Amino acid sequence: MLETEVLLTALLLILAAGASMVAFVPSRKIHLLRGTALFFTTLTFLCSLLLVSHFDSEIDTMQFVQDISWFDVGGLHVRYHVGIDGISLFLVILTTFLVPVAVLASWSIEEKVKSYMFFMLLLEVGMIGVFISLDLILFYVFWEVMLVPMYFLIGVWGGERRIYAAVKFFIYTMAGSLLMLAAIISLYFFNEAQNFDLVEITQKLSSGEIVLSPLAERLLFLAFFLAFAVKVPLFPFHTWLPDAHVEAPTAGSVLLAGILLKMGIYGLLRFCLPMFPAVSVQLAPAISLLAIIGIIYGALVAMVQPDIKKLVAYSSISHLGFVVLGIFAFNFQSIEGATYQMLNHGVSTGALFLLVGMIYDRRHTHLIEDFGGLAHVMPCYAAFFMVIALSSIGLPGLNGFVGEFLILQGTFLENAGRAAFAASGIVLSAVYMLWMYQRVFMGTLQNEKNLALPDLNWREILILVPIVILALWMGLYSSTFLRKMDTSVQKVVDRIEHVREPQIYRVEYSGH
Amino acid sequence: MDINYTAVLPEIILSLFGILIMILIPFTPKARQSALGFVALFGMVLALICVTAQCGATGLVFFGMIFQDYFGQFCKILFLFASAAIVLVSINYLEREKLPYGEFFSLLLFATVGMLLMATSADLIMTFLGLEVLSISTYVLAGFKEGEMKSTESALKYFLLGAFSSGFLLYGIAFVYGAAGSTKYLKIAQVIEASENYPLTLFLGLGLMVVGFGFKASLAPFHVWTPDVYEGAPVPITAHLAVGSKAAAFVALVRVLYQVLPELSQHWQAILWVSAVLTMAIGNIAALAQTNIKRMLAYSSIAHAGYLLVGLTAHNRLGTQSILFYLVAYALMTLGAFAVVQVIGREGEKYIGIDDYSDLGYRYPFLSIALSVFLISLAGIPATGGFMGKLFLFAAAMQSEMYWLVVIAVIASAIGIYYYLRVIVFMYMGESKDEGTPIIVPTPVRIVIAIMVVGTFYLGIFPGTFLHLASKAVSF
Repeated sequence: MLETEVLLTALLLILAAGASMVAFVPSRKIHLLRGTALFFTTLTFLCSLLLVSHFDSEIDTMQFVQDISWFDVGGLHVRYHVGIDGISLFLVILTTFLVPVAVLASWSIEEKVKSYMFFMLLLEVGMIGVFISLDLILFYVFWEVMLVPMYFLIGVWGGERRIYAAVKFFIYTMAGSLLMLAAIISLYFFNEAQNFDLVEITQKLSSGEIVLSPLAERLLFLAFFLAFAVKVPLFPFHTWLPDAHVEAPTAGSVLLAGILLKMGIYGLLRFCLPMFPAVSVQLAPAISLLAIIGIIYGALVAMVQPDIKKLVAYSSISHLGFVVLGIFAFNFQSIEGATYQMLNHGVSTGALFLLVGMIYDRRHTHLIEDFGGLAHVMPCYAAFFMVIALSSIGLPGLNGFVGEFLILQGTFLENAGRAAFAASGIVLSAVYMLWMYQRVFMGTLQNEKNLALPDLNWREILILVPIVILALWMGLYSSTFLRKMDTSVQKVVDRIEHVREPQIYRVEYSGH
Repeated sequence: MDINYTAVLPEIILSLFGILIMILIPFTPKARQSALGFVALFGMVLALICVTAQCGATGLVFFGMIFQDYFGQFCKILFLFASAAIVLVSINYLEREKLPYGEFFSLLLFATVGMLLMATSADLIMTFLGLEVLSISTYVLAGFKEGEMKSTESALKYFLLGAFSSGFLLYGIAFVYGAAGSTKYLKIAQVIEASENYPLTLFLGLGLMVVGFGFKASLAPFHVWTPDVYEGAPVPITAHLAVGSKAAAFVALVRVLYQVLPELSQHWQAILWVSAVLTMAIGNIAALAQTNIKRMLAYSSIAHAGYLLVGLTAHNRLGTQSILFYLVAYALMTLGAFAVVQVIGREGEKYIGIDDYSDLGYRYPFLSIALSVFLISLAGIPATGGFMGKLFLFAAAMQSEMYWLVVIAVIASAIGIYYYLRVIVFMYMGESKDEGTPIIVPTPVRIVIAIMVVGTFYLGIFPGTFLHLASKAVSF
C-alpha cells in the first residue's frame, strides 16, 4: 500500500534532488544537463499522476495531507502543512505537465544551460509549493521563492529589454504580495489558537469563531486581493505582463502564462472567497467590471499588435478576465467553469507560446509582417497552430469552449448584462486570432527568408502532440476533470451562499 | 555585590590581547606581522569560550555595574563572532593595502571590549564608557588608510559628529541622574515606578539619550554621517561599523528603554515610531540612487536599522526576541556582503562602483552566488534569514497593534528590493566590461563567505533553533 500522504512532499523532493544533481554536473556537459532536467521533471509528472488515481472526488476536505511542525517558538507557530483538493489537484498536474514540456522546448538554449535548468527545477518547486501549501507562511514562502528563478529566467535568457521586464515583473509582484504578508500576520493575531493554518482559519472565519470588524475584513480582503490581482493580472494591474511575456524566453513565457497567472486565480479561490465571503460579495460588481474591461481591452489591444508574442500576451489578459468574472459570479457553473478555464488557458496559451517560440528559433523575429504564407513551407506547423488557435478561441470540441461556456452560463444567471459584455470578448478573440493566423500562414510566401524554413522536427512534434491530445480530451470528455472538482467547488459556493441574502436568485446545479 | 573577576573575564582577555599585540609589534619581523591577526583571533576565541562557559549565570556583578544574563551572553557571542569574521577578512585586506597589522587588530580588540560592555552594562556610566571605548577605537580605524583623502575625511566626520553625539548621551545621562538620583539601571527603574509624576528632566534625559544612541545606530534623522563614513573607511571597518558598532548601540538602547525606562514606554514609542518610519524611508529611497556599492550598503544598513526599530517600538516579548534574531541574520548577510565587496574591490578599492560588478556572475561564480544570496536575504525574500527576521519583527509590531507601522515597513521593503536586485542585474545580466585585475579570493575570506551563506540559509529554513535561543535570552 502506498503511503499517499508523502506524495506531495515526494514531488518537491524529487525536484530538489534534480536541482542538486544539476548543480553537480559540469557546466559544459550541455546534453547531460538537459537530460537530467528532463528526467527529473518527467519523473515528477509521472508521480503526480498517482495523485489523480488516488484522489477521492467524494471528499470535500484536503487530501494527501501532511502536517508537521516547522518551528514553534515564542508564540509563533508555523507548520509544514500540505494537501490538495479538487481545485488544486489539476493545477499541480498542469504544473508537472508543462514543466517537462518547457524543458523540452528549451533545447535551443545554448548558453549557461546549467543555471537555466537549475532555475527551471527551482521554479517548479516554488510553483507546486504554492498550490499545495495549507499554511499561510509556507504559502507565502513558496509564492516569493518562485519569483527568484523566474526573475533570472527572464533577465538572463530573455530578449532585448529583458532587464527592464525582469525587474518590473519582480517589483510589481513583490509590492503586491508584501501587503499580503502584512495581512497574513494580522490574521495570525486574530486567530486565537495563534497559528497560520489556512484550513483552520477559514473554518473559524466561517463558523464565526474569529470575528472581524467590517473594516478589518475589508482591509484584509484588499491586501490579499491586490497580491492576486497583480498576479492574474487584472486590469489595471496588468502592465507588467506584456513586458514579461514578450521578453521571457519561450519556456519562461509558457510557465508564466501557464502556471504563474493561475496562482493569482487560485489565490482568489482559496483565500479571498472562502475567508472573506461578505466582502467578496460586496465588491463583486466592481471586480466584475474590471474583469470585463480586461476582457475587452485585452482583446482590442491584442488585435492591433504587430507582434505575435505580444498578441498572445494580451490575449491572456482577456482570457483571465473571463476567469475572474466567473469566480465573482459565485454560482456553481461559473466557478467550476473558471477553475476549468484556468487549465484550458494553461494548455492553450502555453502551447501558443511554444509555437511562437518555435518560429522564433528559426527566424529570430515574431513580427507578423515578417511572415505570410507559412502554410506552404511549414504545413505541419500550420496545422498545429490552427488547432491550438481554435482551442484558444473556444471552438466547441476543443478545451476552451467548455470553460468559457460554463463561465458565461453561470454569469448569465447571476447578471445577464455582464455575460453579454463578456461574450463580446469571445467574438473579438476570434477576430484577433484568425486575423493573425491569416496574415502569418495564408497567402503567398513573400518574404524570401521564409522560403527555406524547415518544418517541425521530431522534438517539436513530441512537444505538441500531447498538448493537442490534451486539448481534445479536455474538450470532448471534460467530466474526467470536472467530476473531480465538483465537491471542492461546491464547498466554495456554499461558503458564499452562506452570507448572501436569501432573496438573491439562487441556482441549483442540475448536472451535465 | 563583589568584583567577581570571572564575570568580566572575556573583556579582560580581549583587553590583555590588545595590549599583548601592541607589545608584540616591535618584536615581530615585518614579513610575519600578519600572524598578529591570528593572535587577535585566538584572543577572541578564548573570550568566546569564557562567555559560553558563563552561559546561564545570572546576577549583578562588578560592583553592580554589569549584568550577567542570557541577553547579554547572546549578544556577546554575536559580537565576538562578528569581530572574528572581521579579523579573518582583514588579514589579507591589510596585506593587499599595505597597512600596519598590529595597531589595526589591537584597536579592533578594544572596540570589541566596548561592544561587550555595552551589551551587559547595568549602569549608565558603564554604558557610556563602553560606547566611548568602542567609538574612539573606531574613529581611528575609520581613518586607517593613512594619506588617503576619503579615509581621512571619513574619520574626521565620524569623530566630530561622534564626539557631539557622545556629548548628547552624557548630557542625557546627567538629566536622568538628576531626576532619579542614580545611574544604576534597576535603581532608576524603581524610582520611576514609585514616582507619581515624572520630572521634566527625565524626559529631557530620555530624548538626549535616544539622540546619542540613535547616532551610533544611524537612525534617522541622526544618520547623515553614515554614507560618507562608510564609503571612506576601509571595507572591513565599514563592515564593523555596519554590524558590530550598530548592533552594540542597538542592544544598549534596548536595555536602556526596556530595563530603565519601561514606564515611559508610550512616550518613547511615539518617538521611535516616527524615527522608524523616517529611517526606513530615507534608507531605502536614498539607496536607490547610489552608484557606489559601499554607499548603497550604507543606506541599506540605515534601512535595516529602521526594521529593527519596528521591533523595538513594538515593546513586547516577541519584539525583543525578533530583534535578537534579526541582529544575527543581519550580521550574517551584511558581513558576508562586505566580505565579497572587499575582495571584488581589489587593490586600492578601485572596483566599488555597482557597474564594476558587470558580468561577474559567470566569471566568478562563487563570489556572485554568495553576493546574490546576501542581497536576496537583505531584500527579505523567503528561504533566507532576512525574510524570517522581517517576518518576526513585523509580527511583533502587529501584536502591539501597530498596523500602519507594518504597512509602511512593508512598502519600504518593497522599495528596497529594487536596489538589491540592481546589483544582481549587473552581475548576471550586465554587459561584459573590461575585466580589470583578476580577483583573488584568499582562503580565510572564502571560509567566512561560505559560513555566512550557509548561516543565511540555515536561519531562513530552520529559524527555530535561533529563535529558541533568542526567546531564552529575553529575560526582561
